[in-house]
Amino acid sequence: MNIENNGFYGDFGGAFIPEMLYHNVNELKENYLKIIESESFKKEFSNLLKDYVGRPTPLYFAKRLSEKYNTNVFLKREDLNHTGAHKINNTVGQILVAKKMNKKRIIAETGAGQHGVATATVCALMGLECIVYMGEVDIKRQAPNVARMKMLGAEVRPAISGSKTLKDATNEAIRDWIANPVDTYYLIGSVVGPHPYPDMVARFQSIISEEMKLQLQEKTGRDYPDRIIACIGGGSNAAGAFYHYLENEKVELIAVEADGLGIATGETAATTQVGSEGIIHGSKTLLMQNEEGQITEPYSISAGLDYPGVGPLHAHLFKSGRGIFLGATDQEALDAAYELTKLEGIIPALESAHALAALHKIDFKADENVVVNLSGRGDKDMETYIRRLQ
Amino acid sequence: MTRIKNTFQTKTNILNIYVTAGFPKLNDTVEIVQELARNGVDMIEIGMPFSDPLADGPTIQNSSEIAIKNGITLDLIFNQIVEIRKTVAIPIILMGYYNQVLQYGAKSFFEKAKRVGVDGFIIPDLPLDIYQKNYKSLLKDLELDMIFLITPQTIDERIRLLDEESSGFLYLVSSYAITGSKSNLQQNQVDYFKRIKSLSFKNPKLIGFGISNKESFTTACNYAEGAIIGSAFIKAIKDSNNLKESISNFVKGIKE
Ligand SMILES: Cc1ncc(COP(=O)(O)O)c(C=O)c1O
Repeated sequence: MNIENNGFYGDFGGAFIPEMLYHNVNELKENYLKIIESESFKKEFSNLLKDYVGRPTPLYFAKRLSEKYNTNVFLKREDLNHTGAHKINNTVGQILVAKKMNKKRIIAETGAGQHGVATATVCALMGLECIVYMGEVDIKRQAPNVARMKMLGAEVRPAISGSKTLKDATNEAIRDWIANPVDTYYLIGSVVGPHPYPDMVARFQSIISEEMKLQLQEKTGRDYPDRIIACIGGGSNAAGAFYHYLENEKVELIAVEADGLGIATGETAATTQVGSEGIIHGSKTLLMQNEEGQITEPYSISAGLDYPGVGPLHAHLFKSGRGIFLGATDQEALDAAYELTKLEGIIPALESAHALAALHKIDFKADENVVVNLSGRGDKDMETYIRRLQ
Repeated sequence: MTRIKNTFQTKTNILNIYVTAGFPKLNDTVEIVQELARNGVDMIEIGMPFSDPLADGPTIQNSSEIAIKNGITLDLIFNQIVEIRKTVAIPIILMGYYNQVLQYGAKSFFEKAKRVGVDGFIIPDLPLDIYQKNYKSLLKDLELDMIFLITPQTIDERIRLLDEESSGFLYLVSSYAITGSKSNLQQNQVDYFKRIKSLSFKNPKLIGFGISNKESFTTACNYAEGAIIGSAFIKAIKDSNNLKESISNFVKGIKE
C-alpha cells in the first residue's frame, strides 16, 4: 500500500499547504527518498537503532494475559526503546535526514511529550538546537516529560490557542517553520501533515513490523500473526506495526482510538467514529469538525491520543475496510493498564493501554496469534495512575 | 470588466484592508466595510474565520477565535456582504481556508459568493493543481478571480506559473513570516521586492504581511501597485469604542 506519486493513499493525503511552506515541503519531498534509500543513511540508521535505541525490541509472549483471553497474546515491546516509546524510531531517522539537508535548528510538536523527548534526545545526540511546542494543558498533565526535555537542552514553548493540546502545538510548529524556512527542519511526530511526512514517518516506524516478521517466524513458525492491535493518535505506531502486513489480507489490522468519556458524550478523540473528510495540518484525511469546517476540540485522558485527526494512511484503511477501528474509553484504558501491570509486571503508557483494552472486545479463537503493539511505558503517566489508586 | 481589474486600471497606490468577519462583534462587519469604503480604501479583504488558520499570525488568529465565538458562519458572512453591497462598490475578496470551502460545498460556495457580490478569493492552502483540475473553469465561467501568493522563497519559474494562474492580482508575501509579525520592512525584504520588480508579470501585485503604517505602505507602493494591511487594522479596531473614528483615523494615517 505505497503512497502514490502525488502523495495520496486513495482519496487521502496530499499537501494542502500555503505557498509559504511550498519551498520547504517540496525540498523535503524531492530529497527524502534519495536520502533514506542511500547506503550510508541505511547503515547509520540501523547502527543507531541497534546501539543507541536498543533495537530489536523483544516480541514477548504474555503467558498470563494469554491465559486470561484464551488465545496467544504477544507484546511488541516498543516501551523498551530508549526514551520509552516507539517515537524515537522516527526521530532518529528524521534527524539524520535533517543533517543531510544541512538544517541547524529543529522544531517539533508534542502531545504526551514522548515525541518531544525523543526529539530533544536526538538533538542532544547531534548537537542541534531544539524547540518543542506543547499545548499548555499537556505541559501540565505530562510534567515529567517537560522536565526531561528541558534537561536535554530543548526549549519548550507553550501553545496557548484553541484547546491548548496537540493540534494547537502542531499549528504553532508549522507557524515557526513558516517564519524560519531556511535553517529550520520540522521534525513531525506522527504519520500526519503534508506529503511526504506521512510516508516518511511510516517508513521509519516500519522497523516494528520488519522485526515482528522475523520474531513471529521464530516463535510461531509463521511470519505473520492473525491480528495486530495498535492504538492510534496520529497513527505512527500503528502504521509501523501494520506496514509489512498491509498487503497480507490474512492479517487483521485493528486500530484503537480514544473514545474519551464515550462517543455519545462528544468528549472523545475517536476521529473515524465522529469525524468526516476534510483537511487538517496540510493533509486530506478524516477529522473532527463541525458543519462549518471548524476543527473541533478532542478529548482523551491520554495526551498522545488527544488529536482531532488521523493520518491519511489510516483514513484510507478505514474507508477501504482494510483496517478495523475500535475504541476504548478513559476508564477501559485505565483498567487495561492495571490489568497488564498485575498480570505481567509491565506498566504501559496510557496510549498503549487503549490498545490493550481492545482485548476485551474481540472474540478470539484459542489457537490465534495476536500481537499488541505496546507503544510506550507508563512512567510519564504515573500521576494519573496514582490518582486512580487513591 | 471586473471590479478588481477596473480598480487597477483607474487607481494607483492601492490600499487593501483586511477585516475578520464577525469581529469585534458579530454584526460590526457591515459598518466596518462601509466606513473603510467611505474613507477611501480601494479594496476589501474579508477574512472567513477559521479555527486553525496556519498562514495567519496571532492577531488575526485571535480575532478569528473571537468571531467564531461570536457565532460567525459562512452564510452570515454572505448575508453581511449582501448588506455591504447595497452601498459599497469597491472590490471584495474573501480570504479563508480550503476546509471551509470543502465543507460548504465548493461549487455552492463559489456560486453563492458570486451572487452576493464577491470578486475574488485568497485560499492559501488550496494547492495549485487542485485548483486547476477542479475550480479553474468554474471560476472563469463565474468571472471570479483566484489570487495566489508568492514568497521570498518562490523561485522564478514558479512565480511565472503562479502569475499565469492568478487573476485579479498576485499577492506578494513580504517576508518569511506569517501575518503581522514585524513592524517595518527589512533590507532583505526590499532586496526581494527589487528582484520581483525586475520580472515581468501578467498581473498587478499587492504586497502583504507586515505592512502596518504609512512608512511601510509607501515603501511597498514603490515596488508594487499597492499593499494589503491586516493585523495592524485588526489591532486598531479591537478595543475601539468608536469604530467610525478609529477607522477614519487609521485610514488617514496611511493615506494622507
Ligand atoms: C506511547 C505512545 N503511544 C502512542 C502515541 C500516539 O501516537 P501515534 O498514533 O502516532 O503512534 C503516543 C503519542 O504521544 C505515545 O507517546
